[in-house]
Amino acid sequence: MSHNASPPLLDIQHLSLSFGGIQAISDFDLKVHKSEILALIGPNGAGKTSVLNTITRVFTPQSGEIIFKERDISHLPRHAIASLGIARTFQNIELFESATVLDNLLLGRHRFFNGHWWQQLLRTPHFIQTEEDTREQIEHIIDFLDLSPWRHSPISGLPYGVRKIVELARALCAKPELLFLDEPASGLNTEETRDLAFWIDDIRTDLGITVVMVEHDMSLVSAVADRVVCMSQGKILASGTPQEVQSNTDVIAAYLGTSS
Amino acid sequence: MRFDYHTQYRQGFALFKDNSDRILYALLLTVMCAVPWLASSFVLGELAYVFILCIASLGLMVLIGYTGQVSLGHAAFVAVGAYAHVWMMNKGLPMLTSMLSAAGISAIAGLVVGIPAIRVSGLYLAMVTMAFAIVIEQVIGNWSSVTGGFTGMPVPDAQIGKWSLSGPKSFYYFCLVLLVLVVVSLFNLLRSALGRSFMGVRESEAASYALGIQVNQVKIIAFGLSAGVTGLAGALLAHHLKYLTPDGFSLLLSLELVLMVVIGGVGSLRGAILGGLLISLLPTLISNIKPWLPQAWSKQSGFETFIFGFILAFFVLFEPTGLNGRWLKFVSLIESFPLYRKDTFKRNKRYMKSERYR
Amino acid sequence: MSDYLLVWAQLAINGIAVGAIYAMVAIGIVLIYKATEVLNFAHGDLLTVGAFTAWGLITVFEFSFLTAMVLTVVLVALLAFSLDTWIIRRIAGQPQFAGVMLTIALAFMIRGLISMLMGPESRNYPTPWTGQTLHWGGLAIAQLHLLILACALGVTLILYYFFKFTRLGIAMQASSQNQLAAYLNGIAVKRVNAMVWALAGATAALAGVLLAPITLVDISLWFVTLKALAALVLGGFGSMPGAIVGGILIGLIEQFAGVYMPDGSKDIIAYLVLIVVLMIRPQGLLGEAHGKRV
Repeated sequence: MSHNASPPLLDIQHLSLSFGGIQAISDFDLKVHKSEILALIGPNGAGKTSVLNTITRVFTPQSGEIIFKERDISHLPRHAIASLGIARTFQNIELFESATVLDNLLLGRHRFFNGHWWQQLLRTPHFIQTEEDTREQIEHIIDFLDLSPWRHSPISGLPYGVRKIVELARALCAKPELLFLDEPASGLNTEETRDLAFWIDDIRTDLGITVVMVEHDMSLVSAVADRVVCMSQGKILASGTPQEVQSNTDVIAAYLGTSS
Repeated sequence: MRFDYHTQYRQGFALFKDNSDRILYALLLTVMCAVPWLASSFVLGELAYVFILCIASLGLMVLIGYTGQVSLGHAAFVAVGAYAHVWMMNKGLPMLTSMLSAAGISAIAGLVVGIPAIRVSGLYLAMVTMAFAIVIEQVIGNWSSVTGGFTGMPVPDAQIGKWSLSGPKSFYYFCLVLLVLVVVSLFNLLRSALGRSFMGVRESEAASYALGIQVNQVKIIAFGLSAGVTGLAGALLAHHLKYLTPDGFSLLLSLELVLMVVIGGVGSLRGAILGGLLISLLPTLISNIKPWLPQAWSKQSGFETFIFGFILAFFVLFEPTGLNGRWLKFVSLIESFPLYRKDTFKRNKRYMKSERYR
Repeated sequence: MSDYLLVWAQLAINGIAVGAIYAMVAIGIVLIYKATEVLNFAHGDLLTVGAFTAWGLITVFEFSFLTAMVLTVVLVALLAFSLDTWIIRRIAGQPQFAGVMLTIALAFMIRGLISMLMGPESRNYPTPWTGQTLHWGGLAIAQLHLLILACALGVTLILYYFFKFTRLGIAMQASSQNQLAAYLNGIAVKRVNAMVWALAGATAALAGVLLAPITLVDISLWFVTLKALAALVLGGFGSMPGAIVGGILIGLIEQFAGVYMPDGSKDIIAYLVLIVVLMIRPQGLLGEAHGKRV
């Protein structure tokens, strides 16, 4: 697909991040276009999650710019990212363990207006309506990801695969334009990974969300990604379609190995 | 067995999900209102004290149970509320205004403590709050011009307009009304976006940030809210004590409040009330048991301390979910009868993982 | 020496002596914290038990001071060992909060028991060094203070070598960071933790035996826990050199505050220091800073 006409949704320029003496990301450039699915692959320690964390403002880069919808977000406060339309999932599931699935998803809608404090205190009819609307929006997502049987279950009792889906659902509830997935298929079996591939594609097609995923599972990447970027030691090693990157000799040497 | 047949979303987040709940709580309220016609003034005084401590315990529960920040020094806010209230009443403010302002001042004190306190977490926060409480106790004792110093100061009578509230019956109703108001208000706040953000901050700060929750702001608000409610309890306590001295607000009171929250069951308002009930009635229970104990034991004040510790240890070891947990298990037993499984609430073996690297 | 210098030196000596006690108590607390991440609020009460035991052994059973000291240390170590084995161990795996609550509960219970059994009167017992002062260049140094200082240094050195060079010490650090992994590596975690408690109990008892002749044997001895916590925060939580440094510093700060700051400051200056340190530099002077990886 060619996206050259419109400006990229996310434009990362010359990003550098270091921790003490360790250079996690060096001079990283990346353009993400609307409605594409981009996979970020590479060996452990390559800096993939660090890129994710820098974009979502967990870390502050030493230099470089992160331009989202023509605005530099590299120094915004950490909580401001969600309201811009960027959502993410976490490598180690960061769900709210003692709450139910529904509570987790309700919090996903936090970035929208949920009533002034006095409306919350007095529970005005207007506020009740807002809460009902929120619940309705969430039900769409529950429907979309087949989470109906788990709606009222506390997270602590759920199987791992379902938790991963709940985390995805929670990110979707924030109605993002750009969704970051950090190793969405880790810990899932083949069938669950296949379902995930269909869902990620549906997220792009039905919900119009641009997806960037950090992933190790090459079957998922080949099935779903439009474009793959391979990182190693904080730099980009190769970029292109999944087939191109998988046959790139540098990538094979650094990461994939020669078994395929 | 009970099933919730809801046809509207609003029934799902209503205060009472079922008619049976509504009836039971209405019954409870009626009984509470009828007590003054049946009980002696002593009992009424005791119950008013219980209500006051329940309000304070609710305040602390907001902080510990909902945002997961532990404060071992909440007696400081009780003290601020009490002394601010008396000082303002002495300046001529009518009681209700003074009480609300005292709660406000206490809330501001909570914000002031909260702003630096959120930079530390867990254990460190517990220690900072404990140190803060000790410092406040000394400051109150030394600031004689405002607080009457270590000798203390008397509390003006409670009255709204021309109605005096200092009689046991009227004071009982006043405390009951305030308790119900506080419970309902907190329930409303905790069921909505603010309460959910509290829970988010407690469970996972990383996820909360990613969802747009201003974590630091939420923590500070929690401190302020908690301090405000506790300050209100302090203002009421001033009228109950009728004479304020700094040693009524010592570290022991802070630990008593924490005991209420922990024994009641962290994370639920019902727990705060149950815990408040148990702990504030404990001294009375103990003094009723004393006649049956060997002389040497019962005449020392150590016995009460020992019982407090014993009960806390018992709950931490055998019932970590507290009285509220026990209540929920009991309710689930009744609701799922006869299909209740014995191991429904069995706790699994767990291994310690360092929280320093969380 | 000039007058000012004399006053300062005397204050410094007193401060270091008091600080050495805080340091010894702080070491015990940090020991348990390093091993099990439990903050032992009952430490001051173990110290009180030590003091009362020493009193009993010296005045009632008429043992000599040294024998009583050794016996007390052993007995309190046994007590701490059993506390861990029967009670504290059961909350392994629960969040830190549960541990704090449990030790507070134990503190109440021990305090209550002592109060019930021994009554509220303060007692005292003689030591070979009571009332003996060393005079040196115009300064008065109580020999008891010198003994305290020597013991604190001795305990520090022993523990330093213990943690750095013995297998048990390293095992303790491992089990504190990830208990399950420690188990899988063959560390008998439960026994290790119980021994840490015994060690901490021993230091508490030592501190109690030495402190009591100065401040009298009664229930209020447990207050020193709070000062020790301030010392730990100042020196750096989780760091044993930090406990020493923090303790001595708090002792010095208290002495100087008592003279140069308004009335009543001496009582609360330690807590003010705690608050200020946690505000501007939570890791203290020698501690490590931590954060979470997502």
